[in-house]
Amino acid sequence: MIHRECGIYKTSYQADMALYPLPIAKWTVAAFAVLLIVVAPIVLDEYYLSILNLIVIASVGAIGLNILVGYTGQISIGHAAFMSVGAYTAANLAVRFDMPFWISLPAGGLMAAAIGAIVGIPSLRIKGLYLAIATLAAQLIIEWTINHVPWISGGVQASIEVPRPSLFGISLDTQRELYFFLMFFAVLAVVGALNLVRSRVGRAFVAIRDQDIAAEIMGINIFRYKLLAFAISSFYAGVTGVLYTYYLGIANYEQFQLVVSIDYLAMIIIGGLGSILGSIFGAIFITLLPIAIRWFMEGFGYLLFTQAELMNIVPHMRLVLFGALIIVFLVLEPEGLNRLWQNVRNYFRVWPFAY
Amino acid sequence: MSARTVSTEELELSLRGISKHFGGVRAVADVSIDVRRGEIMSVIGPNGAGKTSVLNMVSGFYHPDTGTISLKGADITNEKPSEIARLGVARTFQNIALFKGLSVLDNLMLGRHVRMKAGVLSSILYWGPAQREEVEHRRWVESLIDFLKLQDLRKQPAGALAYGLQKRVELGRALALDPSLLLLDEPMAGMNQEEKEDMARYVLDVNEEWGTTVVLIEHDMGVVMDISDRIAVLDRGEKIAEGNADEVRANPAVIQAYLGAGEQSAEAAHG
Ligand SMILES: Nc1ncnc2c1ncn2[C@@H]1O[C@H](COP(=O)(O)OP(=O)(O)O)[C@@H](O)[C@H]1O
Ligand SMILES: [Mg+2]
Repeated sequence: MIHRECGIYKTSYQADMALYPLPIAKWTVAAFAVLLIVVAPIVLDEYYLSILNLIVIASVGAIGLNILVGYTGQISIGHAAFMSVGAYTAANLAVRFDMPFWISLPAGGLMAAAIGAIVGIPSLRIKGLYLAIATLAAQLIIEWTINHVPWISGGVQASIEVPRPSLFGISLDTQRELYFFLMFFAVLAVVGALNLVRSRVGRAFVAIRDQDIAAEIMGINIFRYKLLAFAISSFYAGVTGVLYTYYLGIANYEQFQLVVSIDYLAMIIIGGLGSILGSIFGAIFITLLPIAIRWFMEGFGYLLFTQAELMNIVPHMRLVLFGALIIVFLVLEPEGLNRLWQNVRNYFRVWPFAY
Repeated sequence: MSARTVSTEELELSLRGISKHFGGVRAVADVSIDVRRGEIMSVIGPNGAGKTSVLNMVSGFYHPDTGTISLKGADITNEKPSEIARLGVARTFQNIALFKGLSVLDNLMLGRHVRMKAGVLSSILYWGPAQREEVEHRRWVESLIDFLKLQDLRKQPAGALAYGLQKRVELGRALALDPSLLLLDEPMAGMNQEEKEDMARYVLDVNEEWGTTVVLIEHDMGVVMDISDRIAVLDRGEKIAEGNADEVRANPAVIQAYLGAGEQSAEAAHG
């Protein structure tokens, strides 16, 4: 949030270590929360809320991936597969055993965490490109398994319809009801991640990213912490998969293919590696991008292309723009949208003085 | 060569006949060094003599091909680095190895890692035990920040600091572990005279006030002769001399090694 810190002195370490140490920051965060939780569901219609819901879900997944990639410096191209593990775990529990969401959701997360930790085992020995390939292999193996084992995937087109989540006997059917449901877990995910990265475990993650040898010499068990990072990150992915499944009303492997893993990597690169807020920026950006392209082409596309051409171009434009944006960010602003935001903030902090 | 014999209880660290080869290179050959509790032991020798390799074996980064290493009488020859840190051994690196993306404060807080307990769940919940622990260790680290005069730099990213300050933060990170044995690999390399004196002062203060045992690798003979209780000299992987400053200065093998390496004259070795 935009604020200045002059005239404010912190009197205890606890106050200095708070998530939002300045009172004005607390107020802006509170105002923003009211906007999101009270105003948005009142003023937005079902269509816009459905988009907002997609952003909320993606934020959870992006934060999880950022814990692994941005904070711990590992890589995963298998996160969509971990999401599918969560999705199918929850769907099976919900359908076969009639489990409510408050069981199926953590169960989906935990199952994904277990699989994610196993996939993370090679990270002790291999780094960078090799680890990327290993996680890519995991993505493909999990995709294949779900697709070919009817016991997991329900048989018909590998998809399982799930009932809407219900709370106190009320089924959450509308986008507005789902919005509160999704938002609740997203807030937990954000607060949990903010706490994690500012305490002992989060510091150990960053230490491994910056200097793994020194981290180990300072007493961090690298193997344990890398697996932890994979597990936590995959837990977030699993929960994302469960939330998405409840949102769609169906668990479907097509929603969790390789390209989705790439989407999430794009979110954290564009949003900002090693930043929780950046993960959310990235989730907003990447979720809105295809929608913005479609609006634009529907509004102005006829000026440039025929209807038949448009049909061909629109689906591919997303990928092209995507690639271009990732390159632009990697070259011009490797710290992503979060850095741009910080720049704006710092500008106003000292405004109207230049320094 | 040492003036008196010491019982094993007084030994903080004991290297017995350790050797290490890297491919065809004999980095360390049958080296035995005893470090007494509470002393400053310097290890000197020309570049490539095997000094860093010895430290690497003590911190568990490499394991010796032969020989044993014991810490306070316990065998640590094949322990993992993280376990050795837990036992109270901390070190700095010849090439600065700070966590560049973390603030000075967080680098030091990370030094407290083995002294803290918070796991994943309590970290995520934060409020309660994890927060209490953070505050308690923050207080500890703040006194270290005062000691090292890093007050103005706490919130700076470590990677953005000047070289001399990075070296000091690295010392701080090692001290944050509250080590009983501190290993320093050329902590004054690349510093100007004033920075060197500051660093020497910190090392002496830590040794005297905290009772920390120090193993120091350093090329500046003036500093080494000044602050060391004893000195071990390595050359081409072998220990060629050991003793106090005067004994080492007068040792013909040492003079020969330094002349042979063409690094420093015998006069310079006299400091
Ligand atoms: N990891 C390694 N791999 C191969 N050779 C090494 C390695 N570490 C050290 N050496 C070699 O061992 C010898 C001793 O090196 P080192 O312990 O760094 O010496 P010093 O610290 O006294 O300058 C050198 O010849 C060096 O090249
Ligand atoms: Mg060296």
